[in-house]
Amino acid sequence: MSHVLTIENLSFKYHKKRVLTDISFSTDPGEFISIIGPNGSGKTTLIKLISKINKPEKGNIHIKGENIQTMSNKQLARHIAVVMQSVEPVAMSVEEYVLLGRLPFFKKYQFFETAKDMALAHKYMELTGILKLKDAPINEISGGERQLAAIARALTQQPLLLILDEPTSHLDITHQIKILELISSLKQELSLSILMVLHDLNLAAEYSDRLVLLGGENGKIYQTGTCEQVLSEKSIQEVYNTKVKIQKNPVSKRPCIFLVTQNALNPE
Amino acid sequence: MKQNRLKQWSILLILLMIILIFVSLLSLCVGSAGIGLKNIPHILFSGQESAEHSILLGIRLPRIILGLSIGGALSLAGALLQGVFKNPLVEPYTLGISGGASLGVCLNILFKFYSKIGIIAYPLSGFLGASLVIFLVYSLNNKTNNIKSNRMLLTGVMISYVASSLVMLLMAISKSDDLQNIVLWIMGSLDEPNTVLIKMALFGSLAGLVISYFFCFDLNALLLGEDEAANLGVNTTRTKKYLFIIASFLTGLSVSVAGIIMFAGLIVPHFMRMIAGPDHRILLISSFLAGAAFLVLCDVIARVIISPLELPVGVITGIIGGIVFIWALSRKQVTL
Repeated sequence: MSHVLTIENLSFKYHKKRVLTDISFSTDPGEFISIIGPNGSGKTTLIKLISKINKPEKGNIHIKGENIQTMSNKQLARHIAVVMQSVEPVAMSVEEYVLLGRLPFFKKYQFFETAKDMALAHKYMELTGILKLKDAPINEISGGERQLAAIARALTQQPLLLILDEPTSHLDITHQIKILELISSLKQELSLSILMVLHDLNLAAEYSDRLVLLGGENGKIYQTGTCEQVLSEKSIQEVYNTKVKIQKNPVSKRPCIFLVTQNALNPE
Repeated sequence: MKQNRLKQWSILLILLMIILIFVSLLSLCVGSAGIGLKNIPHILFSGQESAEHSILLGIRLPRIILGLSIGGALSLAGALLQGVFKNPLVEPYTLGISGGASLGVCLNILFKFYSKIGIIAYPLSGFLGASLVIFLVYSLNNKTNNIKSNRMLLTGVMISYVASSLVMLLMAISKSDDLQNIVLWIMGSLDEPNTVLIKMALFGSLAGLVISYFFCFDLNALLLGEDEAANLGVNTTRTKKYLFIIASFLTGLSVSVAGIIMFAGLIVPHFMRMIAGPDHRILLISSFLAGAAFLVLCDVIARVIISPLELPVGVITGIIGGIVFIWALSRKQVTL
């Protein structure tokens, strides 16, 4: 019961094509889990199933023991917050955008944000370091700042589970590290459960407590476990069909992946 | 910040109210029989059924009320549609909804539904035609996952063409008295003798405004895209359906009472977005008020420009709106 998210035997078909089969795993408070896997292995689909945008064919998803299919979208949004790959460049200010995170908590005939809403928005804008941008329009700040705003917006929802779908894929290395460090610090401070889709295996290895490697046969999970367990030369070869060498990162002692390219094997 | 915003919103609303009252007074005074502003109280309260008395209360006042209702309704419909489709060039006319409504009303005139179920047949047939088109445009574009692109506008324009061709077809095969009815109505005018229709337009558009406020937060969330809105707890399918119904209702009502009035729903929300910002809590009411003032003003222009003759008000909105549309389209960045 202490699990935040529990997924049991989840399957999903898209246009008769099997995308996910028999997915089961759970997350705990203060745990950082990354979902990795090749393109088309169903990572984003899995996120959409958890956030109830798509409906599973089979299986159950529970948040704090409650089946999400019996919850309204609004109830679900009080427990789960999602940060997507990028933020739509709208003309609203950063503050207005972050305040949208309080929408799931609005009462039926409430028309204005309460003082509590404002306080939360400010707290999380400060935490993510974008308070100074609060009056800037979203469409005029950089992609990295937008992602920080998206995280502030998500935190303003005060979720139990924070889901991030490749939040760093459009960003430079400075912002990638900044955002992952921030998320990593949040899991302790707010005892959030974090579920992140990541393409970059080395980043996943540096920050995650556990990995879920998709891309098994017919959309099954290939393996779940700690970074050391999941990231092996054999698993990468089988799932990604790519030859790599894995060694320990000398600083963090976590697995680090080195590409084995044709260029390197046959030097001219 | 919150106090600040409340202050800004109040100032904007007060300003719009002042403009609205000013334009309405202007419309009361101006016309083939010029009536001085300071004479109006005297004429109204003298109790005598003078010619001026009946011009003011019998002709000009109903016209102003109709102008306010239709202008408000069309602008509000435009603001709602721009929010749902996330495209600032969308409005009832460019999406072909007005065309659908006019086809509905034509069928009503031709098959005389109004003689069977009464005057309500006009707005009802307009509403049915409008909602048919909006669901058609949406489902044609939803499949391609391309809802934001201008493809949707093209679909709308094409449906508009088809609808107006069908209207012409109906005109060609109709009897002469029906034909005259259709032609008069299609020209688009705020000259409506039927007080029941005027009341319907007024209360209908106000009801539309009130109901659309139940969706102002959903509209704000939808600005971020449908998935993002769903993540914020919005039931996007249901919200879109209701907003389409409201927009069709407002458009059907306007078209059935006043004919096709082009672009009124485009310009006003577009400018209100620039002035008031994208927050639908202020955008909806300010679009409604500004749209009301805009149409009454266009009607004044239509009445005086070749006085004593009168232009259809749709001509004025068409000219102003068309130019603004081209300008808006050619701007580099069109964001909501």
